Amino acid sequence: MSSMQQVLAAGPPVSVKGPPRLPGRRHLRGSDLRWAIAFVFPYAAVFFVFVVYPFGYALWMARKPSLYAELIADRSYLPAVVNTLLFAGLGVNVKMFVALLLSGFFMRRRWWIRASLAVFILPWVIAAAQACVSFHWMLQEQGLVDGLLLALFGIDGPLWLNDRWLALGWNMIVYIWKWMPFWTVIFLAARMRIPRDIYDAAEVDGATGTRRFVHVTFPLLANLYLLCTLLSTLWTIGDFTTVYLVSGGGPASTTNVLATLGFHYGFDTARPALGVAAVLSALPVLIPIVILLMRRLQTSEAEL
Amino acid sequence: MSVALALPQPARWRYRLRRVLTEAGSVMLVMVLLIWSLAPVYNMFLIALDPEEGEIEFDGNLWPSEPSLEGFRAVVTQDARYLEYFWHQFGNSLYIGLLTMVLTVLIGSLASFAVSRMRLSKGSLLTNAALLTYAIPASYLIVPYFRIMHSYGLSDNSWAVIAAQVTFATPFAILILQLYARLIPFELDDAARVDGASAVQVYLRIYLPLMAPALAIVAIYALLLAWNDYLYPAVLLAVRNMTVAVTQGQLFTDTDAPWNAMMAAAIIYVLPPIVLLFALRRYVVAGLTMAEVTE
Repeated sequence: MSSMQQVLAAGPPVSVKGPPRLPGRRHLRGSDLRWAIAFVFPYAAVFFVFVVYPFGYALWMARKPSLYAELIADRSYLPAVVNTLLFAGLGVNVKMFVALLLSGFFMRRRWWIRASLAVFILPWVIAAAQACVSFHWMLQEQGLVDGLLLALFGIDGPLWLNDRWLALGWNMIVYIWKWMPFWTVIFLAARMRIPRDIYDAAEVDGATGTRRFVHVTFPLLANLYLLCTLLSTLWTIGDFTTVYLVSGGGPASTTNVLATLGFHYGFDTARPALGVAAVLSALPVLIPIVILLMRRLQTSEAEL
Repeated sequence: MSVALALPQPARWRYRLRRVLTEAGSVMLVMVLLIWSLAPVYNMFLIALDPEEGEIEFDGNLWPSEPSLEGFRAVVTQDARYLEYFWHQFGNSLYIGLLTMVLTVLIGSLASFAVSRMRLSKGSLLTNAALLTYAIPASYLIVPYFRIMHSYGLSDNSWAVIAAQVTFATPFAILILQLYARLIPFELDDAARVDGASAVQVYLRIYLPLMAPALAIVAIYALLLAWNDYLYPAVLLAVRNMTVAVTQGQLFTDTDAPWNAMMAAAIIYVLPPIVLLFALRRYVVAGLTMAEVTE
C-alpha cells in the first residue's frame, strides 16, 4: 500500500473526494523521513507525556470497583449525573440551534447588524471566570436581575440560586451566553463560504425565506452542524468553571455536574480516587461521541 | 394608511409593510442581543464604579449614583485585599498565555506539516489520536495532573500550567491547520523541492506564510484558552504565581472581599484579548472563511 493510499484509507481528510493528487508519490526517504519524524516528535511527546500517561494514571487511580459502589451510594452522585446530562443535552442543543439561526441574521447587509456582531462576540473573549462571578452577583438577592424585575415589572424575584432547578437553569443560561458567540461565528463563516449562485438558483426556483433555509442552507451546513454539536458536547460535558462559579454546585450540592463533583471529592474532601472514579464514569458516553466525531471527520469534506 | 391609496397597488403596499416589519424586527433583535451580551459587563461596571468595597447590590439606578474610580485606583496601586500581586499576576497571565500560544502554534504546525504536507506514512494515526484527547475533558484530568506535576517536580510552577494548556489546545490547532492546508496546492511544495529547497525551507518559506490566517486563529484560540482558564492555574499554582483569571474566584470563601476593586481588576483583565482580537481581525475573518487575507 502506498503512503498515499494509507492517507486516503485512514488519514485526515486530505483529499477524500476525487482522484489522488499525486499518484506517483512514494514513501519518504532519507533526510526527509528524518525531518518528518523530527517534526511530529514534539506533539507525539506531548501526547504521551500529558495525555496518555495522565489518562492511564487516572484509570489506575480509579481501578477499584468498590469506588463505584460508593459513588452509587453517595447522595450527590446521581443528581450530578442527571445535571450533567441536562446541562449538556439542553445547553448544547439550544446553543447550537440559536447560533445557527443567528448566523443567518448576521448575514444581513446592514451596517448596524454588522456592528452589533462585534458586541455579540464579546462574551467569547471575556474570561469565563470573571463573567461567571458577575452573573453570580447579578443573581443574588437585590442583584441586577431582581432589581430590574422589580423596577420593570414590579415582580419580587425569587432567590435564584436557592432552588435546584432555577440554579441549574441559570448555569445553562450563563454557559449559553459564554459559548453561543463562538459557534455563531463558526456558522457565519460557513454561510459566507456558500457561493451566491446557489442562492440565486434557489430563488429562481422559488425558494425564499424559510424554504430556502430548510432546503438549501441547512442541507449544506448539516454536516458541519453535526460535527460542531459533537465537539461542543464533549466540551460542555467537561465544563467546570460555569457551574463552579455561578451556582457553586449549591444549594446543598444539588447542581453539581461530574466535573465539579470530582473536584469536590478530590480537593475538598480529600478523596482523589473517588473524584477520579466520578468523572471516569462519564467515559461510556464520551468515547462513542469521540469515535463518531473521528469517523465524521474522515469520511466527510466538512470544514470547520 | 388609507384604503384608497393602498388599493391601486396592494402588492406593493404589502411588500413595503413586510419590509418595515422585517426592519423593525431586526432592530428589536439587535437590541435584545446587545442587552443579552452586555448585561454582565454592565454589572461589572456597576460594581467596579461603586465607591464602597463590598457593594454588589443593585440600587435601582441604571447609572451609578456616585460613580468613583476608587476601585480602579486600588487595582493599579495594588492597594486591596487579594490584589496585592495584581501586576505580578498580570505578568504571569501574559507569560503563560504567550508561551502557550507560541508552543501550540509551533508544535501544532510542525506536526500537521509533517502529516499533511510531507505525508509521513502512518502520521495520520497521530493526528487522529490527537482528537482522542477530547474524549477526556481537561477538567476531568485535574486530579491526576496535580499528582503528576508534583512528581515531575513542577508544583507551583508556571510550566505545569503551560504544559496542560498546550496539551488541550494543540488537538484543535491540528484540526484547523489540516483543514486549512487543503487550500494550498501541493504543486507549490513540489516546485520548491525541485528547486532544491529542503523540508525545513518549505515549512518556513511556503507553509508558514500561506497558512498565516489559520495560524492566527490557532494562536488566538490558544492564547484565549490559557488567558481565560480558571481551573488549572487555580489548582496547580500558589497565590503569587497565579494568573489574574483565578483572583476573582473568591466569592465562596470571602464574600466581603473588596468587590469594587475585584471587578475593576476583571475589567482591566478582559481588555487585552479584546484589543488583540480587534488587531488581528483581518486574519481571523480570512482564516474562518478559508479565504485569502483581504486588505
